Amino acid sequence: MLEEILFVVLAAGTVITALLVILQRNPVASAIFLIMTLFSLAGIYLLLEAPFIAAIQVLVYAGAIMVLFLFVIMLLNLEKEQKIITRNRLQKIFGVFLGIVLLMQIGMVFHSILLTGEKGFFPPDKVAALGNTEVVARLLFTDFLLPFEITSVLLLVAIIGAIILAKREI
Amino acid sequence: MVPLSAYLVLSGILFTIGVIGFLIRRNTIVLFMSIELMLNAANLAFVAFSRHLNSMDGQIFVFFVMTVAAAEAAVGLAIIMAIFRTKETVNADEINLMKW
Repeated sequence: MLEEILFVVLAAGTVITALLVILQRNPVASAIFLIMTLFSLAGIYLLLEAPFIAAIQVLVYAGAIMVLFLFVIMLLNLEKEQKIITRNRLQKIFGVFLGIVLLMQIGMVFHSILLTGEKGFFPPDKVAALGNTEVVARLLFTDFLLPFEITSVLLLVAIIGAIILAKREI
Repeated sequence: MVPLSAYLVLSGILFTIGVIGFLIRRNTIVLFMSIELMLNAANLAFVAFSRHLNSMDGQIFVFFVMTVAAAEAAVGLAIIMAIFRTKETVNADEINLMKW
């Protein structure tokens, strides 16, 4: 029962703050609400018995990525830019309409296919006995070692790309 | 116990909010935040299926999605700064020429 209540509260928090992200005029307010969305999602990950993912969500997403966003907003000095609104009303109407169509399509997919599959080797009690972080780490450094290493190269490329793009003269 | 479908519906709603935000907003930084919302919706679906199917692969995948999100945010925000330096705007409707 407690799980259901927590889920409803966190899901409502996620949806409301996500709506506020896209409805706020001020980009700083949008960023703050996005941080709240990410925290609610971290709570939902805890409900799904993924505590390590929840911790990473808070540390990397709410911590690192959102600080990057706030820094850029601060650096750009957007005072006169804050009032960027879509003057084209048609664009807004079509945007919302297409979004609703997409939601209906997603709902139809969920409704029409059977949401089952081959069960894996990690039932919740086994993961709890081994420890969530230990299981994730073991998989990451054995079965998924090559993607893990490629990820480090991707981050290196991103660092170099960001420095080159942000330099004053190229 | 909360059924899988509830998590998937939440994921779908979150993704739709991201799409609508991307379509109706013109501030490039808010467009990037909408992309983050969509990526998070995908992450939620991954973790929900991971728990439902007794597999850890979904949780591993979330790591890679987060890495791609971090790389995308770093490079994308650098591009926004470079554009702002030359054009003095972050309005996506005014950034409509490749080079001028």
